[in-house]
Amino acid sequence: MTKTPRYWRENTSRYNMIGAKCANCGKNYFPYRTMCPDCGRKSIGKMEEFRFSGAGKVFASTVVHEAHEQYEMMKPYILALIETDEGAKILGQIIDAEPEEIKIGTRVKSTFRKLGEEGKAGTIYYGYKFVKE
Amino acid sequence: MRRVAIIGVGMTEFGELWDQSFRDIGIMAGFEALHDANVSSEKIDAMFVGNMSAGRFIEQEHVGALVADYSGIAKNHIPSTRVEAGGASGALAVRQAFLSIASGMHDIVVVGGAEKMTDVGDAEITNIQSATSDQEWETVFGATYPSLYALMASRHMHEYGTTREMLSSIAVKNHKQGCLNPKAQFKREIKLEDVARSPPVALPIRTLDCAPISDGAAAVVMCPLDIAKKFTERPVEILASAQASDTLALNQRRSITEMAASKVAARRAFDMAKLSPSDMDVAEVHDNFTISEIMAIEDIGFFPKGQGGKASLEGKTSLNGDIAVNTSGGLKARGDPLGATGVAQIVELVQQLRGKADKRQVPDARYGVAQNVGGTGATVIIHVLGVEQ
Repeated sequence: MTKTPRYWRENTSRYNMIGAKCANCGKNYFPYRTMCPDCGRKSIGKMEEFRFSGAGKVFASTVVHEAHEQYEMMKPYILALIETDEGAKILGQIIDAEPEEIKIGTRVKSTFRKLGEEGKAGTIYYGYKFVKE
Repeated sequence: MRRVAIIGVGMTEFGELWDQSFRDIGIMAGFEALHDANVSSEKIDAMFVGNMSAGRFIEQEHVGALVADYSGIAKNHIPSTRVEAGGASGALAVRQAFLSIASGMHDIVVVGGAEKMTDVGDAEITNIQSATSDQEWETVFGATYPSLYALMASRHMHEYGTTREMLSSIAVKNHKQGCLNPKAQFKREIKLEDVARSPPVALPIRTLDCAPISDGAAAVVMCPLDIAKKFTERPVEILASAQASDTLALNQRRSITEMAASKVAARRAFDMAKLSPSDMDVAEVHDNFTISEIMAIEDIGFFPKGQGGKASLEGKTSLNGDIAVNTSGGLKARGDPLGATGVAQIVELVQQLRGKADKRQVPDARYGVAQNVGGTGATVIIHVLGVEQ
Protein backbone atom coordinates (compact mmCIF):
# COMPACT_ATOMS: atom_id res chain seq x y z
CA MET A 1 0.00 0.00 0.00
CA THR A 2 2.43 2.69 1.18
CA LYS A 3 5.69 3.04 -0.73
CA THR A 4 8.87 4.26 0.92
CA PRO A 5 9.26 7.85 -0.36
CA ARG A 6 5.60 8.54 0.23
CA TYR A 7 5.93 7.35 3.79
CA TRP A 8 9.26 8.97 4.45
CA ARG A 9 7.94 12.38 3.40
CA GLU A 10 5.62 12.44 6.43
CA ASN A 11 8.17 11.07 8.92
CA THR A 12 8.75 14.31 10.82
CA SER A 13 5.07 14.65 11.44
CA ARG A 14 4.52 11.00 12.30
CA TYR A 15 7.58 10.75 14.57
CA ASN A 16 6.96 13.97 16.47
CA MET A 17 3.20 14.50 16.12
CA ILE A 18 3.63 17.80 14.40
CA GLY A 19 0.49 19.44 13.15
CA ALA A 20 -0.36 23.04 12.50
CA LYS A 21 -1.65 26.01 14.43
CA CYS A 22 -3.39 28.92 12.72
CA ALA A 23 -1.88 32.19 13.96
CA ASN A 24 -5.03 33.96 12.84
CA CYS A 25 -7.62 32.09 14.95
CA GLY A 26 -5.46 29.92 17.21
CA LYS A 27 -7.05 26.60 16.20
CA ASN A 28 -4.80 23.57 15.87
CA TYR A 29 -4.93 20.82 13.26
CA PHE A 30 -3.50 17.37 12.80
CA PRO A 31 -1.93 16.59 10.35
CA TYR A 32 -0.31 19.78 9.11
CA ARG A 33 -2.36 22.01 6.81
CA THR A 34 -1.07 24.89 4.75
CA MET A 35 -4.35 26.72 5.12
CA CYS A 36 -6.86 27.01 7.97
CA PRO A 37 -10.28 25.86 6.70
CA ASP A 38 -11.98 28.40 8.98
CA CYS A 39 -9.82 31.42 8.09
CA GLY A 40 -9.14 30.73 4.42
CA ARG A 41 -6.73 33.14 2.80
CA LYS A 42 -6.27 35.12 6.01
CA SER A 43 -4.29 32.12 7.26
CA ILE A 44 -1.95 31.80 4.28
CA GLY A 45 1.62 32.19 5.49
CA LYS A 46 0.41 32.20 9.08
CA MET A 47 0.24 28.45 9.71
CA GLU A 48 2.83 27.48 12.29
CA GLU A 49 4.13 24.02 13.08
CA PHE A 50 2.54 22.81 16.28
CA ARG A 51 3.75 19.86 18.31
CA PHE A 52 1.02 17.87 20.07
CA SER A 53 1.78 16.45 23.52
CA GLY A 54 0.21 13.11 22.55
CA ALA A 55 -2.00 13.16 25.64
CA GLY A 56 -5.75 13.02 25.40
CA LYS A 57 -8.81 10.88 25.88
CA VAL A 58 -10.66 8.29 23.83
CA PHE A 59 -13.39 9.87 21.68
CA ALA A 60 -14.47 6.64 19.95
CA SER A 61 -12.94 3.18 19.65
CA THR A 62 -13.26 -0.14 17.86
CA VAL A 63 -11.58 -3.53 17.91
CA VAL A 64 -10.39 -4.48 14.44
CA HIS A 65 -10.77 -8.21 13.69
CA GLU A 66 -10.43 -8.12 9.90
CA ALA A 67 -7.26 -6.25 9.06
CA HIS A 68 -5.27 -5.23 6.03
CA GLU A 69 -2.73 -7.90 5.10
CA GLN A 70 0.21 -6.02 6.61
CA TYR A 71 -1.54 -5.73 10.00
CA GLU A 72 -2.72 -9.36 10.12
CA MET A 73 -0.16 -10.17 12.82
CA MET A 74 -1.54 -7.47 15.12
CA LYS A 75 -5.21 -8.42 15.04
CA PRO A 76 -7.38 -8.07 16.94
CA TYR A 77 -6.22 -4.54 17.76
CA ILE A 78 -7.83 -1.47 19.23
CA LEU A 79 -8.19 1.53 16.93
CA ALA A 80 -9.40 4.81 18.37
CA LEU A 81 -10.02 8.45 17.71
CA ILE A 82 -8.22 10.38 20.42
CA GLU A 83 -9.34 13.85 21.41
CA THR A 84 -6.02 15.50 22.28
CA ASP A 85 -5.68 17.89 25.20
CA GLU A 86 -4.80 20.57 22.64
CA GLY A 87 -8.07 20.09 20.76
CA ALA A 88 -7.53 18.28 17.46
CA LYS A 89 -8.50 14.62 17.12
CA ILE A 90 -5.90 12.02 16.10
CA LEU A 91 -6.50 8.46 14.91
CA GLY A 92 -4.27 5.67 16.17
CA GLN A 93 -4.01 2.23 17.73
CA ILE A 94 -4.17 1.71 21.48
CA ILE A 95 -1.72 -0.97 22.58
CA ASP A 96 -0.80 -2.84 25.78
CA ALA A 97 -4.44 -2.80 26.85
CA GLU A 98 -7.40 -5.17 26.73
CA PRO A 99 -10.46 -3.93 24.82
CA GLU A 100 -12.57 -3.88 28.01
CA GLU A 101 -10.13 -1.42 29.62
CA ILE A 102 -10.77 1.13 26.87
CA LYS A 103 -13.89 3.24 27.09
CA ILE A 104 -14.92 6.60 25.72
CA GLY A 105 -13.16 9.10 27.98
CA THR A 106 -10.24 6.81 28.94
CA ARG A 107 -7.00 8.86 29.27
CA VAL A 108 -4.19 7.90 26.88
CA LYS A 109 -0.76 9.15 25.85
CA SER A 110 1.23 8.58 22.69
CA THR A 111 4.18 6.27 22.37
CA PHE A 112 6.72 5.73 19.55
CA ARG A 113 6.26 2.33 17.88
CA LYS A 114 6.70 0.34 14.72
CA LEU A 115 3.64 0.75 12.51
CA GLY A 116 4.36 -1.72 9.75
CA GLU A 117 6.82 -2.84 7.14
CA GLU A 118 7.12 -3.23 3.41
CA GLY A 119 7.33 -7.01 3.11
CA LYS A 120 9.96 -9.17 4.82
CA ALA A 121 13.04 -7.28 3.62
CA GLY A 122 11.53 -3.83 3.11
CA THR A 123 11.54 -0.59 5.03
CA ILE A 124 10.05 -0.54 8.51
CA TYR A 125 7.64 2.28 9.27
CA TYR A 126 7.55 3.97 12.63
CA GLY A 127 5.13 6.40 14.18
CA TYR A 128 2.81 6.87 17.14
CA LYS A 129 0.45 4.57 18.91
CA PHE A 130 -1.30 5.20 22.22
CA VAL A 131 -1.13 3.57 25.65
CA LYS A 132 -3.21 4.14 28.77
CA GLU A 133 -1.92 7.10 30.77
CA MET B 1 -32.23 25.68 -16.40
CA ARG B 2 -34.19 22.96 -18.19
CA ARG B 3 -36.20 20.35 -16.30
CA VAL B 4 -34.79 16.84 -16.62
CA ALA B 5 -36.50 13.44 -16.74
CA ILE B 6 -35.52 9.80 -16.63
CA ILE B 7 -37.01 7.83 -19.52
CA GLY B 8 -35.35 4.44 -19.21
CA VAL B 9 -33.68 2.23 -16.60
CA GLY B 10 -31.78 -1.03 -16.62
CA MET B 11 -29.60 -3.12 -14.36
CA THR B 12 -27.91 -6.48 -14.18
CA GLU B 13 -28.40 -8.87 -11.36
CA PHE B 14 -26.00 -7.93 -8.54
CA GLY B 15 -23.76 -10.58 -7.03
CA GLU B 16 -20.69 -12.66 -7.71
CA LEU B 17 -20.96 -12.79 -11.50
CA TRP B 18 -18.03 -15.08 -12.24
CA ASP B 19 -18.91 -15.67 -15.88
CA GLN B 20 -19.32 -11.98 -16.75
CA SER B 21 -16.65 -9.35 -17.33
CA PHE B 22 -16.74 -5.61 -16.61
CA ARG B 23 -17.65 -4.89 -20.22
CA ASP B 24 -20.34 -7.61 -20.27
CA ILE B 25 -22.23 -6.13 -17.31
CA GLY B 26 -21.76 -2.53 -18.42
CA ILE B 27 -23.29 -3.26 -21.80
CA MET B 28 -26.11 -5.39 -20.45
CA ALA B 29 -27.37 -2.65 -18.13
CA GLY B 30 -27.05 -0.03 -20.88
CA PHE B 31 -28.96 -2.07 -23.43
CA GLU B 32 -31.77 -2.70 -20.98
CA ALA B 33 -32.05 1.03 -20.23
CA LEU B 34 -32.02 2.03 -23.92
CA HIS B 35 -34.61 -0.62 -24.73
CA ASP B 36 -36.75 0.60 -21.83
CA ALA B 37 -36.45 4.20 -23.09
CA ASN B 38 -37.19 3.16 -26.64
CA VAL B 39 -34.17 5.16 -27.81
CA SER B 40 -31.87 4.11 -30.63
CA SER B 41 -28.16 4.53 -30.09
CA GLU B 42 -27.64 7.24 -32.76
CA LYS B 43 -29.89 9.58 -30.72
CA ILE B 44 -27.52 9.58 -27.75
CA ASP B 45 -25.60 12.82 -27.25
CA ALA B 46 -23.36 11.89 -24.34
CA MET B 47 -22.52 9.24 -21.79
CA PHE B 48 -21.32 9.36 -18.18
CA VAL B 49 -19.89 6.28 -16.48
CA GLY B 50 -19.70 6.01 -12.69
CA ASN B 51 -16.88 3.74 -11.66
CA MET B 52 -14.76 3.80 -8.53
CA SER B 53 -11.72 1.67 -9.13
CA ALA B 54 -11.54 -0.34 -12.36
CA GLY B 55 -7.83 0.52 -12.41
CA ARG B 56 -7.29 -1.59 -9.33
CA PHE B 57 -10.06 -4.18 -9.66
CA ILE B 58 -9.41 -5.11 -13.30
CA GLU B 59 -6.34 -3.00 -14.13
CA GLN B 60 -8.38 -1.14 -16.71
CA GLU B 61 -8.55 2.64 -16.76
CA HIS B 62 -10.25 4.72 -19.44
CA VAL B 63 -13.54 2.92 -18.88
CA GLY B 64 -15.61 5.84 -20.22
CA ALA B 65 -14.26 5.03 -23.66
CA LEU B 66 -14.45 1.29 -23.07
CA VAL B 67 -18.17 1.31 -22.22
CA ALA B 68 -18.97 3.65 -25.13
CA ASP B 69 -17.02 1.38 -27.47
CA TYR B 70 -18.65 -1.91 -26.48
CA SER B 71 -22.11 -0.34 -26.35
CA GLY B 72 -21.59 0.42 -30.02
CA ILE B 73 -21.89 4.18 -29.62
CA ALA B 74 -18.21 5.09 -29.97
CA LYS B 75 -18.80 4.93 -33.72
CA ASN B 76 -20.82 8.15 -33.31
CA HIS B 77 -17.91 9.67 -31.38
CA ILE B 78 -20.09 11.01 -28.56
CA PRO B 79 -18.35 12.34 -25.44
CA SER B 80 -18.12 9.60 -22.81
CA THR B 81 -16.83 10.58 -19.38
CA ARG B 82 -15.92 8.40 -16.43
CA VAL B 83 -16.50 10.06 -13.05
CA GLU B 84 -15.28 9.02 -9.61
CA ALA B 85 -16.20 9.93 -6.04
CA GLY B 86 -15.57 6.64 -4.23
CA GLY B 87 -18.82 4.87 -3.43
CA ALA B 88 -20.74 7.92 -4.66
CA SER B 89 -19.41 7.59 -8.22
CA GLY B 90 -22.77 6.33 -9.53
CA ALA B 91 -24.82 9.26 -8.26
CA LEU B 92 -22.09 11.61 -9.44
CA ALA B 93 -22.53 10.25 -12.98
CA VAL B 94 -26.30 10.80 -12.71
CA ARG B 95 -25.65 14.34 -11.48
CA GLN B 96 -23.24 15.12 -14.32
CA ALA B 97 -25.85 13.95 -16.83
CA PHE B 98 -28.48 16.03 -15.04
CA LEU B 99 -26.28 19.14 -15.21
CA SER B 100 -25.44 18.60 -18.87
CA ILE B 101 -29.11 18.32 -19.83
CA ALA B 102 -30.33 21.09 -17.51
CA SER B 103 -27.72 23.43 -18.97
CA GLY B 104 -28.94 22.81 -22.51
CA MET B 105 -25.67 21.22 -23.58
CA HIS B 106 -27.03 17.73 -24.29
CA ASP B 107 -30.47 16.26 -24.93
CA ILE B 108 -30.28 12.50 -24.59
CA VAL B 109 -27.71 11.22 -22.14
CA VAL B 110 -26.98 7.69 -20.95
CA VAL B 111 -25.60 7.10 -17.47
CA GLY B 112 -23.92 3.85 -16.57
CA GLY B 113 -22.53 2.71 -13.25
CA ALA B 114 -20.42 -0.42 -13.10
CA GLU B 115 -17.96 -2.22 -10.86
CA LYS B 116 -16.39 -5.64 -11.23
CA MET B 117 -15.02 -6.43 -7.76
CA THR B 118 -14.56 -10.20 -7.71
CA ASP B 119 -11.67 -10.43 -10.18
CA VAL B 120 -9.25 -9.74 -7.29
CA GLY B 121 -8.81 -11.56 -3.98
CA ASP B 122 -10.32 -10.56 -0.65
CA ALA B 123 -7.12 -8.99 0.70
CA GLU B 124 -6.85 -6.67 -2.28
CA ILE B 125 -10.56 -5.79 -2.06
CA THR B 126 -9.99 -4.70 1.55
CA ASN B 127 -7.16 -2.43 0.37
CA ILE B 128 -9.19 -0.95 -2.48
CA GLN B 129 -12.23 -0.26 -0.29
CA SER B 130 -10.15 1.74 2.15
CA ALA B 131 -8.65 3.81 -0.68
CA THR B 132 -11.59 6.21 -0.36
CA SER B 133 -10.53 7.13 3.17
CA ASP B 134 -7.29 8.98 3.98
CA GLN B 135 -4.39 6.70 3.01
CA GLU B 136 -1.72 8.82 4.71
CA TRP B 137 -3.47 9.43 8.02
CA GLU B 138 -6.00 6.62 8.46
CA THR B 139 -5.05 3.47 6.57
CA VAL B 140 -1.39 3.59 7.57
CA PHE B 141 -2.38 3.41 11.24
CA GLY B 142 -4.36 0.22 10.65
CA ALA B 143 -7.74 1.73 9.86
CA THR B 144 -9.84 -0.44 7.58
CA TYR B 145 -12.92 0.96 5.86
CA PRO B 146 -15.34 -0.85 8.23
CA SER B 147 -13.29 0.26 11.27
CA LEU B 148 -13.97 3.92 10.48
CA TYR B 149 -17.70 3.25 10.40
CA ALA B 150 -17.24 1.27 13.63
CA LEU B 151 -15.89 4.44 15.25
CA MET B 152 -19.02 6.29 14.11
CA ALA B 153 -21.19 3.46 15.45
CA SER B 154 -19.43 3.38 18.82
CA ARG B 155 -19.90 7.12 19.22
CA HIS B 156 -23.55 6.95 18.08
CA MET B 157 -24.21 4.23 20.65
CA HIS B 158 -22.50 6.35 23.32
CA GLU B 159 -24.27 9.62 22.54
CA TYR B 160 -27.76 8.36 21.71
CA GLY B 161 -28.07 4.92 23.28
CA THR B 162 -28.27 3.19 19.91
CA THR B 163 -28.17 -0.55 20.57
CA ARG B 164 -26.86 -3.72 18.93
CA GLU B 165 -30.46 -4.72 18.27
CA MET B 166 -31.19 -1.43 16.48
CA LEU B 167 -28.19 -1.92 14.18
CA SER B 168 -29.26 -5.49 13.48
CA SER B 169 -32.79 -4.40 12.62
CA ILE B 170 -31.45 -2.56 9.55
CA ALA B 171 -29.84 -5.70 8.14
CA VAL B 172 -32.93 -7.80 8.93
CA LYS B 173 -35.26 -5.33 7.18
CA ASN B 174 -33.04 -4.94 4.11
CA HIS B 175 -32.61 -8.69 3.72
CA LYS B 176 -36.38 -9.12 3.97
CA GLN B 177 -36.93 -6.49 1.29
CA GLY B 178 -34.14 -7.93 -0.86
CA CYS B 179 -36.17 -11.16 -1.05
CA LEU B 180 -38.73 -9.21 -3.10
CA ASN B 181 -36.14 -7.89 -5.58
CA PRO B 182 -35.29 -10.42 -8.31
CA LYS B 183 -31.97 -8.66 -8.99
CA ALA B 184 -30.77 -8.58 -5.38
CA GLN B 185 -27.61 -10.41 -4.37
CA PHE B 186 -29.20 -11.86 -1.23
CA LYS B 187 -32.71 -13.21 -1.37
CA ARG B 188 -32.82 -14.78 2.06
CA GLU B 189 -34.14 -13.53 5.35
CA ILE B 190 -31.97 -13.24 8.43
CA LYS B 191 -32.85 -12.80 12.10
CA LEU B 192 -31.70 -10.22 14.65
CA GLU B 193 -29.63 -12.86 16.44
CA ASP B 194 -27.92 -13.91 13.20
CA VAL B 195 -26.49 -10.41 12.87
CA ALA B 196 -25.43 -10.23 16.52
CA ARG B 197 -23.71 -13.63 16.27
CA SER B 198 -21.97 -13.09 12.93
CA PRO B 199 -18.15 -12.87 13.00
CA PRO B 200 -16.64 -9.57 14.18
CA VAL B 201 -15.17 -7.27 11.52
CA ALA B 202 -14.46 -4.11 13.53
CA LEU B 203 -16.64 -4.05 16.62
CA PRO B 204 -19.45 -3.17 16.97
CA ILE B 205 -19.57 -3.92 13.22
CA ARG B 206 -20.00 -7.60 12.38
CA THR B 207 -20.13 -9.41 9.05
CA LEU B 208 -23.91 -9.08 8.70
CA ASP B 209 -23.70 -5.34 9.38
CA CYS B 210 -21.71 -4.93 6.15
CA ALA B 211 -22.82 -4.68 2.53
CA PRO B 212 -21.31 -7.52 0.49
CA ILE B 213 -18.69 -7.51 -2.25
CA SER B 214 -20.55 -7.42 -5.55
CA ASP B 215 -20.29 -7.23 -9.29
CA GLY B 216 -22.97 -5.35 -11.14
CA ALA B 217 -24.00 -2.52 -13.38
CA ALA B 218 -26.98 -0.18 -13.67
CA ALA B 219 -27.97 2.41 -16.25
CA VAL B 220 -30.48 5.19 -16.81
CA VAL B 221 -31.41 7.25 -19.87
CA MET B 222 -32.23 10.91 -19.33
CA CYS B 223 -33.55 13.78 -21.45
CA PRO B 224 -35.24 17.19 -21.08
CA LEU B 225 -38.67 16.81 -19.46
CA ASP B 226 -40.40 18.60 -22.35
CA ILE B 227 -39.54 15.82 -24.83
CA ALA B 228 -39.75 12.91 -22.38
CA LYS B 229 -43.32 11.98 -23.34
CA LYS B 230 -42.07 11.11 -26.83
CA PHE B 231 -40.28 8.15 -25.29
CA THR B 232 -42.36 7.09 -22.32
CA GLU B 233 -45.83 7.56 -20.94
CA ARG B 234 -44.58 7.96 -17.43
CA PRO B 235 -41.38 10.01 -17.25
CA VAL B 236 -39.85 10.41 -13.81
CA GLU B 237 -38.57 13.92 -13.18
CA ILE B 238 -35.33 14.64 -11.35
CA LEU B 239 -36.67 17.41 -9.11
CA ALA B 240 -33.35 18.04 -7.42
CA SER B 241 -29.71 17.07 -7.55
CA ALA B 242 -27.39 18.16 -4.74
CA GLN B 243 -23.84 17.31 -3.83
CA ALA B 244 -21.79 18.22 -0.76
CA SER B 245 -18.27 17.54 0.47
CA ASP B 246 -16.62 17.18 3.86
CA THR B 247 -13.17 16.41 5.24
CA LEU B 248 -11.65 13.24 3.81
CA ALA B 249 -10.56 11.91 7.20
CA LEU B 250 -12.89 11.26 10.12
CA ASN B 251 -10.59 12.85 12.72
CA GLN B 252 -11.07 16.29 11.13
CA ARG B 253 -14.80 16.39 11.80
CA ARG B 254 -16.50 18.00 14.76
CA SER B 255 -19.12 15.25 14.92
CA ILE B 256 -18.89 11.67 13.71
CA THR B 257 -22.47 10.73 14.59
CA GLU B 258 -23.75 12.60 11.59
CA MET B 259 -22.54 13.15 8.05
CA ALA B 260 -22.57 16.91 7.69
CA ALA B 261 -22.36 16.55 3.90
CA SER B 262 -25.49 14.43 3.99
CA LYS B 263 -27.41 17.02 6.00
CA VAL B 264 -26.31 19.87 3.73
CA ALA B 265 -26.96 17.98 0.49
CA ALA B 266 -30.40 16.94 1.75
CA ARG B 267 -31.29 20.52 2.69
CA ARG B 268 -30.13 21.79 -0.69
CA ALA B 269 -32.05 19.06 -2.50
CA PHE B 270 -35.31 19.61 -0.63
CA ASP B 271 -34.99 23.39 -1.16
CA MET B 272 -34.46 22.85 -4.88
CA ALA B 273 -37.41 20.45 -5.14
CA LYS B 274 -39.57 22.69 -2.92
CA LEU B 275 -40.43 19.61 -0.89
CA SER B 276 -39.67 18.33 2.58
CA PRO B 277 -38.62 14.92 3.97
CA SER B 278 -42.22 14.26 5.02
CA ASP B 279 -43.32 14.46 1.36
CA MET B 280 -41.18 11.43 0.47
CA ASP B 281 -42.84 8.06 -0.07
CA VAL B 282 -39.71 6.02 -0.67
CA ALA B 283 -35.98 6.39 -0.02
CA GLU B 284 -32.85 4.59 -1.15
CA VAL B 285 -30.02 5.33 1.26
CA HIS B 286 -26.38 4.29 1.44
CA ASP B 287 -26.43 1.41 3.95
CA ASN B 288 -22.91 0.17 3.33
CA PHE B 289 -22.99 -0.59 7.06
CA THR B 290 -26.06 -0.79 9.30
CA ILE B 291 -24.97 2.35 11.22
CA SER B 292 -24.90 4.24 7.89
CA GLU B 293 -28.63 3.78 7.35
CA ILE B 294 -29.36 5.00 10.87
CA MET B 295 -27.29 8.13 10.30
CA ALA B 296 -28.76 8.61 6.81
CA ILE B 297 -32.40 8.61 7.90
CA GLU B 298 -31.51 11.12 10.62
CA ASP B 299 -29.37 13.36 8.40
CA ILE B 300 -31.92 13.41 5.57
CA GLY B 301 -34.48 14.54 8.12
CA PHE B 302 -36.89 11.62 8.44
CA PHE B 303 -36.15 11.31 12.16
CA PRO B 304 -34.53 13.55 14.77
CA LYS B 305 -30.81 12.96 15.45
CA GLY B 306 -30.39 9.93 17.65
CA GLN B 307 -33.83 8.48 16.92
CA GLY B 308 -32.94 6.60 13.71
CA GLY B 309 -32.09 3.33 15.43
CA LYS B 310 -35.24 3.28 17.54
CA ALA B 311 -37.41 4.15 14.51
CA SER B 312 -35.84 1.31 12.53
CA LEU B 313 -36.35 -1.23 15.29
CA GLU B 314 -40.00 -0.15 15.51
CA GLY B 315 -40.46 -0.84 11.79
CA LYS B 316 -41.05 2.76 10.78
CA THR B 317 -38.72 2.40 7.77
CA SER B 318 -40.01 -0.93 6.47
CA LEU B 319 -42.19 -1.35 3.38
CA ASN B 320 -45.37 -0.62 5.31
CA GLY B 321 -43.82 1.94 7.63
CA ASP B 322 -43.92 5.75 7.71
CA ILE B 323 -41.20 5.98 5.07
CA ALA B 324 -40.12 2.93 3.06
CA VAL B 325 -36.33 2.85 3.16
CA ASN B 326 -34.26 0.67 0.83
CA THR B 327 -37.13 -1.21 -0.79
CA SER B 328 -34.54 -2.70 -3.17
CA GLY B 329 -32.80 -4.39 -0.26
CA GLY B 330 -30.30 -1.55 -0.10
CA LEU B 331 -26.58 -1.99 -0.39
CA LYS B 332 -26.87 -4.70 2.27
CA ALA B 333 -29.04 -7.13 0.30
CA ARG B 334 -29.25 -5.82 -3.27
CA GLY B 335 -25.45 -5.70 -3.27
CA ASP B 336 -22.88 -2.90 -3.47
CA PRO B 337 -20.86 -2.84 -6.68
CA LEU B 338 -19.39 0.55 -5.72
CA GLY B 339 -19.69 2.63 -8.92
CA ALA B 340 -23.01 0.96 -9.83
CA THR B 341 -24.70 1.54 -6.48
CA GLY B 342 -25.73 5.18 -6.93
CA VAL B 343 -27.25 4.42 -10.33
CA ALA B 344 -29.04 1.32 -8.99
CA GLN B 345 -30.64 3.50 -6.29
CA ILE B 346 -32.10 5.70 -9.04
CA VAL B 347 -33.28 2.61 -10.95
CA GLU B 348 -35.18 1.48 -7.84
CA LEU B 349 -36.79 4.88 -7.30
CA VAL B 350 -37.89 5.02 -10.95
CA GLN B 351 -39.49 1.58 -10.66
CA GLN B 352 -41.29 2.65 -7.49
CA LEU B 353 -42.52 5.93 -8.99
CA ARG B 354 -43.69 4.18 -12.16
CA GLY B 355 -45.64 1.79 -9.96
CA LYS B 356 -43.65 -1.13 -11.39
CA ALA B 357 -41.87 -2.36 -8.28
CA ASP B 358 -44.03 -5.47 -8.15
CA LYS B 359 -44.10 -7.18 -4.73
CA ARG B 360 -42.10 -4.42 -3.08
CA GLN B 361 -44.25 -1.59 -4.48
CA VAL B 362 -45.00 1.29 -2.12
CA PRO B 363 -48.65 2.15 -2.89
CA ASP B 364 -49.11 5.43 -4.81
CA ALA B 365 -45.46 6.41 -4.50
CA ARG B 366 -45.06 9.92 -5.90
CA TYR B 367 -41.78 11.24 -4.49
CA GLY B 368 -38.52 9.48 -3.72
CA VAL B 369 -35.07 10.42 -2.47
CA ALA B 370 -31.70 8.73 -3.01
CA GLN B 371 -28.58 9.25 -0.89
CA ASN B 372 -25.20 8.00 -2.15
CA VAL B 373 -22.06 8.30 -0.01
CA GLY B 374 -18.36 8.35 -0.90
CA GLY B 375 -15.75 7.29 1.67
CA THR B 376 -16.88 8.01 5.21
CA GLY B 377 -19.05 10.91 4.06
CA ALA B 378 -16.54 13.18 2.30
CA THR B 379 -18.90 13.18 -0.68
CA VAL B 380 -22.66 12.86 -0.39
CA ILE B 381 -25.02 13.16 -3.34
CA ILE B 382 -28.78 13.42 -2.98
CA HIS B 383 -31.40 13.22 -5.72
CA VAL B 384 -35.11 13.84 -5.35
CA LEU B 385 -37.34 12.24 -7.97
CA GLY B 386 -41.04 12.68 -8.61
CA VAL B 387 -43.92 11.89 -10.94
CA GLU B 388 -47.07 13.74 -11.87
CA GLN B 389 -50.13 12.30 -10.27
